[in-house]
This record gives sequence, structure tokens and C-alpha cells, in this order.
Amino acid sequence: MRFNLRVKNRVAVIGAGLTLFRRRLLETPQEMVWIAASRALEQAGLDFRDIDCVISGSAPDAFDGVHLKGEYYSEGAGVVGKPHIRVYVGGGTGVFVPVAAWWYVASGLCRRALVVAEEKMSSAAEPHPQAVFRHIWDPLVEKPLNPNLIWIFALEMHRYMHKCRVSKEDIALVSIKNKRNALDHPSAQAAADITVDDVLNSPMLVYPVNRLDISPVSDGAAALVMVSEEWARRYTDNPIWVAGIGFTLDTTSWTNRELSFPVYVRNAAEMAYRMAGIDNPVKSIDVVEPYDPFDYKELHHLEGLGLAPRCGAAKLTREGVTARDGDLPTCPSGGLLGVGNPIAAAGLMKVAEIFWQLRGEAGARQVKNDPVTGLAQAWGDLMQAGTVIILRR
Amino acid sequence: MGMFRLRGGTSLSDREFREIVKESSEPRARYSMTAGQAYSRFFEGLKNGVILGTVCDSCGMVFIPPKIYCPYCFRSVSRWVESSGEGKVFTAVASYISADVKPLDKPEIVAVIKLDVPGYRFDNYRFPGIMHRICNASDEDVKTQRIFDARVRARWLPKEKRTGSINDIECFEVV
Ligand SMILES: [Zn+2]
Repeated sequence: MRFNLRVKNRVAVIGAGLTLFRRRLLETPQEMVWIAASRALEQAGLDFRDIDCVISGSAPDAFDGVHLKGEYYSEGAGVVGKPHIRVYVGGGTGVFVPVAAWWYVASGLCRRALVVAEEKMSSAAEPHPQAVFRHIWDPLVEKPLNPNLIWIFALEMHRYMHKCRVSKEDIALVSIKNKRNALDHPSAQAAADITVDDVLNSPMLVYPVNRLDISPVSDGAAALVMVSEEWARRYTDNPIWVAGIGFTLDTTSWTNRELSFPVYVRNAAEMAYRMAGIDNPVKSIDVVEPYDPFDYKELHHLEGLGLAPRCGAAKLTREGVTARDGDLPTCPSGGLLGVGNPIAAAGLMKVAEIFWQLRGEAGARQVKNDPVTGLAQAWGDLMQAGTVIILRR
Repeated sequence: MGMFRLRGGTSLSDREFREIVKESSEPRARYSMTAGQAYSRFFEGLKNGVILGTVCDSCGMVFIPPKIYCPYCFRSVSRWVESSGEGKVFTAVASYISADVKPLDKPEIVAVIKLDVPGYRFDNYRFPGIMHRICNASDEDVKTQRIFDARVRARWLPKEKRTGSINDIECFEVV
């Protein structure tokens, strides 16, 4: 792969905002976007009128039940008369939105961009929001088997456990850590102080996946303000720069590959590291928000990102390296397991967390290693899309 | 933020949610999908009790289910090949819930099966693999990981019941 990574214009994040993440919110998608966007603008010191482009992301329209979701919710982001771009790569969308915003601002087309992500999963009420995922499978060779979404994760998790000799107890430690971290997050839906036994004794859904191995279904929105260097200097003394972006895709044929290692993350990470000039990610990345819709995914993704040796992330977790006060604070926000999983908004929440951590504004969640460089990552679709963003102060 | 008290949003309990719902709809869209060039022949094969694939001579990959192109070499595939209908369990799980999250009476064992194609060898990086049910294994076989690498063989529906579907293979059985 060869990319033009020598882009002249620097792009900064100067504000972030979130709604509450909850199983059900009263607010409509438009209102949720309005709340998150207003909060991000407030932190940045801008007004909706100052924004010249809106970049947004959301998961399948079938959740909200409005089949022009982007055009529907974006009025809550003050879109009227402005270019609006909606991007989508399944669960990878939340990190893909600021990646897309980067290319619009870095190119010079947009100077002050509002970046929003939204999900209203509660609308897909019956029989369960998860039923929407019945329509992501290959319609001809997989859907006729009547699969549940959790099958694919359970199959990947069990392959990882088998290949890497990782136990369910080891994996449960991720859920415990993230739910505990989320106790300090004001938007959190699933914060809790739980034990390994709580995870192992929670309802068994698809072995090896128990209920508490999984993030919840959520409503929520997230927003960032991303601007050109010139504008960043006018608004703030501590802009957080986008140092690298990566996004790659594999095929939907997920049953034809070694599921124990996420190549889809590695490819995207390599792209982002090259752009950020990072040769040794373990040394360079001070704080990380890998995508954790399931607890094993945090381990899997740390390895894909090269932040843990292959099959070595469980050991780092056991030894406390990934704790908030460890050498590699991982999901200090509480992640999807703790804060909640309004799909696209959850990914963007991770980028917001890295932004606040690098600014030293994460409050009770602030990591102790005075971070300079942080990374957020998400994954999407049938084990195929990786999205990565690296921020630096 | 003006005349509405927005805070970060307004959380609703399940009961409150049900009480205030203003609109409930049940979109009914029936999709009728064509199978395309490669899958059409694949389903014909299943009707006849054969699992067909296509091979790319450039990289040696066999695609089951078949593709008309190699997505890794960006070229047309070279020819049709047949799986022996046997393979190895690559990973397996025990599902206690249905597609819409209802509890099942008996767990369903589901696996990714790495299929054998005589004359071809595959590493674990990329291989012809499909998802299907395993019919003669228990959740204990899954939990103990005994089932990993087990040899399995396709069990077919009786010929008159086959419709040209992935479900013409009733399941894979451990041999
Ligand atoms: Zn090829």
C-alpha cells in the first residue's frame, strides 16, 4: 500500500461533547445530535454559525427506523445550507467520522467542521434491537441458517481463546476494568463494580459469551469540533492534533480467515502509524481506546494495534498494565462495556476521551502518565473494517 | 440551552418508554434475491450433494462459497473445484438463544468448518471455510474445546427434500 501521507494542512480537535448514553432516551435523533453538538461547540468556543461543514456517521438506518437517517438527524447539527457528508463502516463508523472530517479539513475544503455521530437503537424495539443485525449476514449462504449476531463474536472469541490459550476468567477482567472505569464517566450507562464470578455467572448467551461479556444496547450521540491550524490557534492554546489516520477494508467472507488475529485492525494501524511517524507503538502511544463491544475484543484489538504481543494482551491486563494508572491505560473512559454502545456514537466517544485525556481534562478518569499521544480504534462489519485515529498534543 | 431543559438527555425506564411511545410501525419488506453467477451453480451443486468452489490459480485460494473473481488478486477465477464434503472444525460455539434473542430449549452447536478440497492445501491464514451447524456434538464438546480440529462430514437432506439452499446440508457431523 502506498499513500500520500505528506499532507500540508494540520487538523486539530478543539472541542468534544456527549449526551448521556442510556438504554432509552426521550430525545429524538435530531435532539440528541443537537445536545452533543451544542456541548462540543461550547467547549470549543464556537457557535453553529461558525461551522462550514458537517461530517456525520450512524449505523444501519434500521435502528432509528428512518431510512434517510443522516439527512434526518443532521438538522440538529446546524446543517442547513452547508455541505454534509455521512460515512459508514458498521461499528467502525464512530472512528471513521473524524477520519473523514480530517480529509475535508486537511484538504482545505472545510476549515471549521462539526463532527457528529448518533444512534437511537431503542426505536427498533420489537423483538429486540439485535434483530436488526439479522440483515448483515450474507443473504444467501448465512442468513438461511438463522444466525444470531452473537454467533460471529462467539466464534471469533472461542478461536482466540483456543489459539492463544486465554481463559474466560482472563477475558472477564476486561469487562470488570472497563465497567469500573466508567463509574467516573458522567454519560455512563453500564458502570458497575463487578467480579469475575459476576461475569461468569451472568446469563450464558452463546458459549463462550455471557451477558456481561457484552456492551449494552444504547441511545446516544457524540460530537467533536475539528478545525484547520489557523483557526485552532485563534480559539485555543492547547489544540489536540490529528497525527495519523488509518482505515482499511477486507471482504465480507469472514469464515475464510484466521479469526484469532485482527488483520483488519493491523492494516489500518500500520497506515496510521506511518502517517504519525511512529515506529514503535508500544513506546509512542501513551493512552489507548481500543474498540470493546465485547471484552475479548479489547485484547484482540490491542494485539492488532501492536500494543500487545500476539496472544499477550491477557497477560498485560492481568498485570494491571492496561489499568487507568498502568503503563498503557486502556479504555480509561470505561469503553463500550461501561459507558455504553450507541454504535457510531460509542466510537466517537472514544475519540472524545483521547482528546480530553491529552488535554488533561478527563477529571476523575485522568490517566497518570501525562499522555502526549493517544489512539482510538474501532472495527466494523463482518470482521473486515478497521478504523484508527492518532491524536497528539 | 433555551426553553427546554436538555441536560445530557432524558433517560426512560422500560415502563416509561412504553407509556410515551407515539408511533409504532412494522415495516414489511420482502426481499427476493437473485443468487448471481457463482452462487447459482453452487446451489445447483448442493441439490446434487456436492459442495462446489472456484479456484484462483494466481494465489491458489479456493473460494467456498464460490466467487467469480479473486478478491485478493483482482482477477477472474480459473475453474470450478469440488470439496470432498469433509473438513475440520476451525472454531465452534454453543448457542442458547435464537436469532431474535429468545431462549432455545436445546443449545445449537455452530462452527466454522475449514473444508477439504482434494489436491489443494491451505494454511490457517486463508482457506475455504463456511459457517454451519454441527449436529452430533454437545455444548460440553464445545466448552472443553474437544471439538476444535474434529473431522466433520456434511449430512445431506434426502434428495427429494433439497431445494438448492445452504440448508440442503442438514448439518455437519463429527466422524
Ligand atoms: Zn488469487
